Amino acid sequence: MTCQPTSATAAFVITTLCATPTPGFAATPLSYLESYGSRGDPVRSLTWAMLIISTVVVVIVTGLVLWGVLREGPAEAAGITREGNGLRLITAGLVVTVVVLLGSVVWTMVVLAEVGAAPAAPKLTLDISGHQWWWQVRYEGETPAETFVTANEVHIPVGEPVRINLSSSDVIHSFWVPALSGKTDTVPGQVNTTWIEAHAPGTFLGQCAEFCGAQHAHMGFRIVAEPRDRFEAWLADQLAPAAVPAERIAAAGQETFGRRCAACHAVRGTTAGGVFGPDLSHLATRATLAAGTVPNTPGHLSAWIADPQHLKPGTRMPVVPLTGSELEQVRAYLATLN
Amino acid sequence: MADTVIAPAADLPIGPMGHRALGWWGMLCVIATEGAVFVYLLFSYAYLALQPHAAWLPEGPPSLTLALPNTAVLVASSFIVAWGERRIRAGATRHAWLALLGTIGLGIVFVAVQLTEWHDKTFGIATSSYGSLYFTITGFHMAHVAAGLLMLAALALWTRLGLFDSRRNAPIAIGAIYWHFVDVVWLAVFFTFYLSPRLV
Amino acid sequence: MAVPADSRLAVLTEADEGRLATRLERLWATAPGIVGWLSTVDHKEIGKRYIVTAMLFLIAGGIEALVMRVQLAGPDQHLLTPEQYNMLFTMHGASLIFWYASPVLSGFSNYLWPLLLGSRDMAFPRLNALSYWIYLFSGLMLYAGFAVGIAPNTGWFDYVPAASRAFSPGPGIDLYAMALILLGISTTVGAINFIVTFLRTRAPGMSLNRVPILIWSTLTASAGNLLAVPAVSLAFFLLWLDRRFGTHFYDVPAGGHPLLWQHLFWMFGHPWVYAIVLPAMGMVSDALPVFCSRPLVGYTIVALATVLTMVLGFGVWVHHMFATGLPMLGMSFFSAASFVIVIPSAVAVFAWIATIAIGRPRLTVPFLYFASFIVMFVIGGVSGFMTASVPVDWQLTDTYFIVAHIHYVLIGINVFPVLGGLTFWFPKMTGRLLDERLGRYAFWLIFAGFNIAFLPMHLTGLYGMPRRIYTYGPHFGWETLNLVSTVGAFILAIGIGVFFVNILRSLRRGMPAGSNPWNAPTLEWSVSSPPPPYNFVVIPTVASRHPLWEQELDETEHRSVIRTGPALDEGRETLATTPVDADPDLVLKMPEDSLAPLLLALALTAIFVGLLASAWWSAATAAAAGLLIVFAWLWPRRSLAQVAEVSHG
Repeated sequence: MTCQPTSATAAFVITTLCATPTPGFAATPLSYLESYGSRGDPVRSLTWAMLIISTVVVVIVTGLVLWGVLREGPAEAAGITREGNGLRLITAGLVVTVVVLLGSVVWTMVVLAEVGAAPAAPKLTLDISGHQWWWQVRYEGETPAETFVTANEVHIPVGEPVRINLSSSDVIHSFWVPALSGKTDTVPGQVNTTWIEAHAPGTFLGQCAEFCGAQHAHMGFRIVAEPRDRFEAWLADQLAPAAVPAERIAAAGQETFGRRCAACHAVRGTTAGGVFGPDLSHLATRATLAAGTVPNTPGHLSAWIADPQHLKPGTRMPVVPLTGSELEQVRAYLATLN
Repeated sequence: MADTVIAPAADLPIGPMGHRALGWWGMLCVIATEGAVFVYLLFSYAYLALQPHAAWLPEGPPSLTLALPNTAVLVASSFIVAWGERRIRAGATRHAWLALLGTIGLGIVFVAVQLTEWHDKTFGIATSSYGSLYFTITGFHMAHVAAGLLMLAALALWTRLGLFDSRRNAPIAIGAIYWHFVDVVWLAVFFTFYLSPRLV
Repeated sequence: MAVPADSRLAVLTEADEGRLATRLERLWATAPGIVGWLSTVDHKEIGKRYIVTAMLFLIAGGIEALVMRVQLAGPDQHLLTPEQYNMLFTMHGASLIFWYASPVLSGFSNYLWPLLLGSRDMAFPRLNALSYWIYLFSGLMLYAGFAVGIAPNTGWFDYVPAASRAFSPGPGIDLYAMALILLGISTTVGAINFIVTFLRTRAPGMSLNRVPILIWSTLTASAGNLLAVPAVSLAFFLLWLDRRFGTHFYDVPAGGHPLLWQHLFWMFGHPWVYAIVLPAMGMVSDALPVFCSRPLVGYTIVALATVLTMVLGFGVWVHHMFATGLPMLGMSFFSAASFVIVIPSAVAVFAWIATIAIGRPRLTVPFLYFASFIVMFVIGGVSGFMTASVPVDWQLTDTYFIVAHIHYVLIGINVFPVLGGLTFWFPKMTGRLLDERLGRYAFWLIFAGFNIAFLPMHLTGLYGMPRRIYTYGPHFGWETLNLVSTVGAFILAIGIGVFFVNILRSLRRGMPAGSNPWNAPTLEWSVSSPPPPYNFVVIPTVASRHPLWEQELDETEHRSVIRTGPALDEGRETLATTPVDADPDLVLKMPEDSLAPLLLALALTAIFVGLLASAWWSAATAAAAGLLIVFAWLWPRRSLAQVAEVSHG
């Protein structure tokens, strides 16, 4: 059964019925009215419950005010009196309020206990750090050879809680995947932990949620949840060193890249080892460029390399003057990094 | 149906009188808000001290050699100004004046010793967060001492000019309570910087 | 010492009123001309200036919002660069939260307090002028910077490290810091004035249970400000030290911590939220019953709830920091506390509803604002209730849901009562009524525009739009909602425009109001509109909560006395009473008009501009000048009875 929800409300209804949701196609991919994992689900239920309580409260109060205003009263000329016992209404209102609040507190504490602490011994732990304005993701292996760094795209196995250690190298950012988990800030000077779990395959968008400077708007990332076998295949691909470019233009591009780009960017298996910008190993496998700013197409890639300040004003990537042919070479080289 | 008329007593005093003066109540509010400043400053100290550090205290717990007697000096000055306040209420203008001068004198001693302490530190305000806190918090306190000294100086002048007597002396009460506040704040600062590191 | 019986303490009768009024007019009137205008200490004049100035900041902040709404009307718009957008949302927040929301309420309270309390002025009239001038200059300082392109760009809560020198090297943050510390002085001075005015200048007989709710709420806000403002002033001062002198309060490598900023900021920030809504709620509690022809239901619990809200407000600051990685146990505590704070707010809501429900509402323009305010209040309240839940807040925080929430709180609970209050008290302030028909047009435009702009914004937030993004892509599903919000914002702006047109028109052509056009119960309506400079010919004596309704309510054994009482006409004088029972205590000698407040405010501003420009000697010179002014100001004076009496021999 396939679902293509057109609104979050519809999505809520549909996803409770659907076995295999397809969040990647949601009309509102950052909505948190839907959830697709064991960390998101209890929170989503609580959010809906509180939304409904809130709406009911607003409707009742609006009704009471309108009733008070529109009901037929005695003639205006009756003057000032203190008739009527309004305290009864206050008491009744307070009793209801307190009951609702108590219920909400209890439910909140239950959910907090359920989703708060990261799992103690997860199979997968990631180190993610926020940078102005992109995300670095580190997969720590048993050995250095099994450890690698990537950016802005996080692959996780379906059905397994993944622990994430969050840090920041500059300002405060906030790690947020609405469909899987609420926000946890990345704060310089401390490591915060969070966790996510997706119970269905799919692509889930994430976004920096704490204002972090000029390009806070373009600091997205994506979580790709895959079955264990495909996840492991992806791991193996990521660990493979970059192939030596076969085409002449790409080989020239690698040389240009080494001269002009490698001060900031790394490509594993080559001499390019810069650490200021995102690691570009296997760049061609990623869906977007510049932390979700544009899709990763040849045209966008050229445009980005030629003038990053145009696509993402203020980005830390400077305009590196390249000739037309150099640009074409570098693009061709990056296209080989798959 | 009776009208409520509160006819003020014929001997209702006119103008500010001691603790009934509005200025006295105003000063209590000033003390509340300035007190809050120091609460937040000391909170900042506690918050940063509790973070993990390689070496929080650059020189170990600060030496008490000068600070302890200096604290005694400041406390003593509070007693002197309190005595002066009592004397002015008894109409002894000259005693009050002398008490204010004495308080100023001890205040100046306190400032001088504190400046010596600052001078002798091997770290500065920009060395570490501890240095920033030490100089900022003791600096805030020094600023309050300086403000208190200016107040006391004005009061001493006005007392000398014979502007106050046993009835009209609210400014002295107001200045004195401020000076007591400066004193109490020092005790909190002293405890935080000089004593608390010895307790852990 | 026996003081001879004094004619000014004698109880006068109505026969003396005309003669007395002429004499008081001469004593209390502000001199004509520019010097008189600059030196007045009349609380009514200062109150009006506060309101007008705050409205100018409301307009400025509103224009900034409209520009942002144009940018956000559709996806991938490039009207503004990211930097311009970031400056705009920061200036918008700072202008409205700091330079509009609190000062406008100070304006109402300044204008109304002595009139409500049966006094001739605030406790410290010159400090009152001082706090206004400092407020004005701090705002001018901020906007002078903005005019030449210097503005903060890190949001009104200005988190470090984004606000540190490393990431914001320009002078915008320093400007913000200095202007805000300066404003903090104004707020603090004002708070002290309100507290002492409350404690010492209530009319005889106005014991604590007879004080209007507006007084309780402004008092509560002032006490809150007194204890909360130091936190933010300090936070900004430490930030400035970090930026200018390389101290290490907030930077990690040398032992500081960025979360220290957040703790200090929100220790201030949450009480501040109550400081900028409680007095507005108080205005509704006092004015709404007028249009229901009955006293407020539950006066005592509403007054207690007001105070309790602020007390609890000091214990919930961490709910702004749920996502910063704090220990779970601590978060559970603050989460529960944040739920509890709903209770006193609910008391007020049910009290208002009960007042409407068992009263007989008159659907005037002020009533429309107050009644709709109740609904806006509840919408802002329930969205706040949702953020109290830690796991839910992890989703809600920093999205447009919070933007919607904060606007329901600030526009719903502050702007609506302010506009209703302006309509209500405009006749008292000017002697003329606002045009009712134009007022209705304005109300419905504002009501519709506001809800069209901000109700859908909850959904924008639930759909995941983060706040403070200068643009967004078309694939998130936010464009329709944003377009609707933009349209609503412009309708709201047109409504505000109509409101101001009504004000300007009615100033000249409005119907004469008379002293009590609404048949309201409190003392300000017992004097002419506008009131004379001395407020009351004689100091009234109060016998109930509703001095002007006593005849109709017929509840109390005694009646308040307004036309007879102590004249206090030997110079500017008013009565001091005891803090609890309001028994007569002293005759206060009130100061003359003076240029000292203006000069001191100028000196203080010069200090802060000097610090900002690193012009240390200029700052020191200004400080010395300021000290001299204070010295002269406080010099004990015979006219204020501060000096030892010389025997006349």
